[in-house]
Amino acid sequence: MENNLITLTIDDQEVKVEKGTTILQAAKQAGIDIPTLCFLKDINEVGDCRMCIVEVEGRRGFATSCIQTVEEGMVVHTNTQNVLEARHVILDLIISNHAKDCLTCTRSGNCELQNLATKFNISKVEFEGERAEHKIDNLSPSIVRDFNKCILCRRCVAACKNVQEIGAIDCINRGFESCISTVGDHSLNDVNCTNCGQCIEACPTGALHEKETIDDVWIKLKNPDTYVIAQTAPAVRVALGEEFDMPIGSNVTGKMVTSLKRLGFDKVFDTNTGADFTIMEEANEFIERFQEKEHLPMITSCSPGWVKYMEMNYPELLPYLSTCKSPHQMFGALLKTYYAKKEGIDPEKIYVVSVMPCIAKKFERQRAEMKNNGLYDVDNVITTRELSRMIKQANIEFIKLEDSEFDSPMGEATGASAIFGTTGGVMEAALRTAQDTLTGKDLERIDFEQVRGGDGTKKATVNIAGTDIKVVVASGLANAKKILEEIKSGKADYQFVEIMACPGGCVMGGGQPIKSSKIRSEVDVRKLRADSLYTIDEKSTIRKSHENPVLKKIYEEFLEKPGSYRAEKLLHTSYQAREKYNI
Amino acid sequence: MKTIKELHQIREEKRKELDLRVNTKADTREKHILVCQGTGCTSSKSPEILEEFKRILKEKKIENVRVIKTGCFGLCAKGPIVIIRPEDTFYAMVKPEDCEEIIQTHIVEGNKIERLLAKDMDGTKVNSLDDLNFYKKQKRIALKNCGVINPEEIDEYLAFEGYLALEKVLTEMTPDEVIEEIKESGIRGRGGAGFPTGKKWELTKASEGKQKYVVCNADEGDPGAFMDRSILEGDPHSVLEAMAIAAYCIGANKGYIYVRAEYPIAVKRLQIAINQARNYGLLGNHIFDTDFAFDIEIRLGAGAFVCGEETALLESIEGKRGQPRVKPPYPAASGLWGKPTLINNVETYANIAQIILKGSKWYSSIGTENSKGTKVFALGGNVNNIGLVEVPMGTTLREIVYDIGGGIPNDRDFKAAQTGGPSGGCIPKEHLDTPIDYESLKEIGSMMGSGGLIVMDDTKCMVSLAKFYLEFTVSESCGKCTPCRIGTKRMHEILEKLCNGEGTELDIYKLEKLASNIQKASICGLGQSAPNPVVSTLRYFREEFKEHAIDKQCRALECKAMSKITINEEKCKGCGLCQKSCPVNAIQGEAREKRVINQDKCIKCGTCLSSCPFKAIGN
Repeated sequence: MENNLITLTIDDQEVKVEKGTTILQAAKQAGIDIPTLCFLKDINEVGDCRMCIVEVEGRRGFATSCIQTVEEGMVVHTNTQNVLEARHVILDLIISNHAKDCLTCTRSGNCELQNLATKFNISKVEFEGERAEHKIDNLSPSIVRDFNKCILCRRCVAACKNVQEIGAIDCINRGFESCISTVGDHSLNDVNCTNCGQCIEACPTGALHEKETIDDVWIKLKNPDTYVIAQTAPAVRVALGEEFDMPIGSNVTGKMVTSLKRLGFDKVFDTNTGADFTIMEEANEFIERFQEKEHLPMITSCSPGWVKYMEMNYPELLPYLSTCKSPHQMFGALLKTYYAKKEGIDPEKIYVVSVMPCIAKKFERQRAEMKNNGLYDVDNVITTRELSRMIKQANIEFIKLEDSEFDSPMGEATGASAIFGTTGGVMEAALRTAQDTLTGKDLERIDFEQVRGGDGTKKATVNIAGTDIKVVVASGLANAKKILEEIKSGKADYQFVEIMACPGGCVMGGGQPIKSSKIRSEVDVRKLRADSLYTIDEKSTIRKSHENPVLKKIYEEFLEKPGSYRAEKLLHTSYQAREKYNI
Repeated sequence: MKTIKELHQIREEKRKELDLRVNTKADTREKHILVCQGTGCTSSKSPEILEEFKRILKEKKIENVRVIKTGCFGLCAKGPIVIIRPEDTFYAMVKPEDCEEIIQTHIVEGNKIERLLAKDMDGTKVNSLDDLNFYKKQKRIALKNCGVINPEEIDEYLAFEGYLALEKVLTEMTPDEVIEEIKESGIRGRGGAGFPTGKKWELTKASEGKQKYVVCNADEGDPGAFMDRSILEGDPHSVLEAMAIAAYCIGANKGYIYVRAEYPIAVKRLQIAINQARNYGLLGNHIFDTDFAFDIEIRLGAGAFVCGEETALLESIEGKRGQPRVKPPYPAASGLWGKPTLINNVETYANIAQIILKGSKWYSSIGTENSKGTKVFALGGNVNNIGLVEVPMGTTLREIVYDIGGGIPNDRDFKAAQTGGPSGGCIPKEHLDTPIDYESLKEIGSMMGSGGLIVMDDTKCMVSLAKFYLEFTVSESCGKCTPCRIGTKRMHEILEKLCNGEGTELDIYKLEKLASNIQKASICGLGQSAPNPVVSTLRYFREEFKEHAIDKQCRALECKAMSKITINEEKCKGCGLCQKSCPVNAIQGEAREKRVINQDKCIKCGTCLSSCPFKAIGN
């Protein structure tokens, strides 16, 4: 072990770190902060922005601390006059080419550039000059690109190209004209973007953000003739608090419900109930396919980014995809049929707002397949971030809110549905129901630890009623791609596949609170949020979807049984091969 | 495939046959008409001249005369060039319609054509290439075969000891011995930075890894530079042979030549050379009947200047966007696809075979203490003999400009010379006698660079010059790192302000602050050296910057925005010629009255200046 340790000096302080450690990490271990902008741990380690430069004795020029590794006896200075001046000039240059409309920027207050400008006391820009003017691309239903705020850190490119292996965006042009764009400089809407939004999560500034639709919600909330219903996805409740400076992963279900009611929603329901329906339908679908040995493995379909990815890249494998709609779509469909009828509300007057950790849901919502009787299942999708903005707009002091319960009768949900929000959760929930259905018993086995955790791909064999079922769980499209390739080549021997487009699942969705590079390199955000969901599951009295009394009632009164004609019509969907490029 | 014996035979026979190319007293009845087919002459119709000669010879049924295409002779200002061997007659600026006369008068009748003979600067006509002052101080090692052999015939290359160095290396020397020889020779990288070549080979050899690569950087991009281009066009096999030698030393079996797509002739001749070398078994498996295997592929660059930077070049070969990598690790440790890679420039390679054959002692006897051998320069700008020159290291700038270059046209004064292109700097008059080598150029604020040498006379504004180079870097920056992407743009904007008469002294301070930080903080050599043209002009011509900033004056009168054309009342006779000449009707005044220039309308084109018979109009 001792052999792997390297001793170096950073700012006159002796530091011992493991071989292969970067200067940046080593400094961090020594409690020395080095500013960064383009650095995003494990995702973008390229040294482009030059903020992290330091001086290394005996070396010409500066060293790039975010990528260059320590050497024995190295003497590093992180804050010499030279370094400080260069960093100041670099930051000044970046700001000189940045649209400085912070007051109206969605990232104001959570912008890494703004934070650095404050830290460096940039009170005026020394090197003002021409600013590259770019047209804003807002044609995508999910993502808005405003390159007037782009600092060319390329974190988005790395997220799209390396993490997701999509490559919808990359750098085009040269020098000052460089900008991040798509093939042929077309709108993101017309290229191979899956709308996963990982680029937004990676962006340090306001250059990338969701297509905000809260104004439409406000209009509906003001209209007394409209019956506005909110439904919230599982992952939202463990992240929303972060927007109000609460610890990462805080479970704020009660406050969230209260805030939605304060905002004026007529009803606040839990998408988790929809998730329980998804499990019922999906487990049923799986059992049918498993027994008939048809279209196996079955692949989950809750992640709309993932669905679009398959439609664009693997249309020949679409029959393997479960036909189940995603939970909020199922739920929306039930709200405008079963619930409307039961409550005597004209479905045309119902306006369903889904609060989601996801921006691909904005795309999913407006798919032609997501309509019933001419009405969209869901009328608006807002993200966790957008909800937090509404709460702030309404001047609600979120932290001080009392807890409230979801409304009845559509508000009850199980622990199984809560874990939908994390990678492996859908699989686990489905297995809980599948095993009981197949055995006809109420089995005690509830936790399927094999499919939990943050690994990109998790494989397991689960024995149900004497039969081994091989399952695989993948999150992140690069991991998903490998599974699809296995299926395509006939090498896949599993029967059930869960895929979520975002690495880590919905808790790390493109609509979730954006964490700075610094936080992402210090804290496992995914784990904190996911653990919170598992705690919700653990504390639930009902932990299996098929035991949800609401479901039992609705199947009895309305849907008959999973896979029935009505269930197929309302809760299932179809897919279409999709061109990657409409150009 | 040729056996070693067969290759020796070709060499011997061909050498005899081609003796007339290098020996004016060659014992032959043959004549060779050499027509330059380098890019410069090609663009002045030299291919037509070549065809015309062939046509006439065929028509007249003249035997014992061959028309040979060659690479560049160097004196591009006098192109298209035709040389007749063995007598070594140098015909300059030949036109296709001259061919008939050359054949009839020179070949058939044996008389030289006076009017086509090249003239030296003093007006004397020279008979042969070696009589020209242009060539007298040159020493051709890298360019040895350029203008001598047909680059598309491997046999002609073989005739002049071609592939003999490779044979020697493979059959008589160990890799370490070769590396030692290269180290001893003292040769340093000709791409610009001057890293010791032998050391680079040694480092790459020492790097662990089964798969290694040899790369030739032929992405010559400095404005006005065409050294590497000429070598590739005139002697492509010299590069292939050296790459094979390098591959043997470091343990590589695969090589890439990264060459600009804008060099179509070079690309074509390289491909022909590679095919021929493969056919002869000089590339492929069991080269010279040994276990050594090596092959070369060409990769075309899309014309980004930054791809001349070695790591950006590697990215580009890998099929990615041409952007530099942060160093270390250096390519010797982690290069192409992460494997140890040796990258040398074309000109460096072109010296290798000579070093092996003539020995390191011979090579190191040429040049200065720390810079050995010769350097090829592309001489351009305000100099009479524009062209390609190869001089021993240590030759002074004065010798290059005045003796070889023939001085400044129109007897104007030398103001500065720019070396190293956009990464280099300018050398003022006071340093004309500096012996040119890596260290001395660095000391006076410029750099060797790849070999562009642009001469400027006193009509050049140094602020505009700096602006020109910055404009180049701004458009060629890859955009990866902040200081280069935005910083060079800001420097260019400030220079524009100064040239437009809108600058202040603070702008000079800003320029310097930006320059020093861009130099220190940029990722790659492009950014780190981008401010050099500004830094060096500021060093020697600060007064001019100040004049622009404070007095709003450009002494070279190049910055039009600051010049004000006026009519001297006393000298004006009211003839009105200026008024007639003005394209924008900016000159006012009635017949026979003194004229006045309306400054709001004047576009400073200068037409009126030359129209005035009384020299009454001035800047």
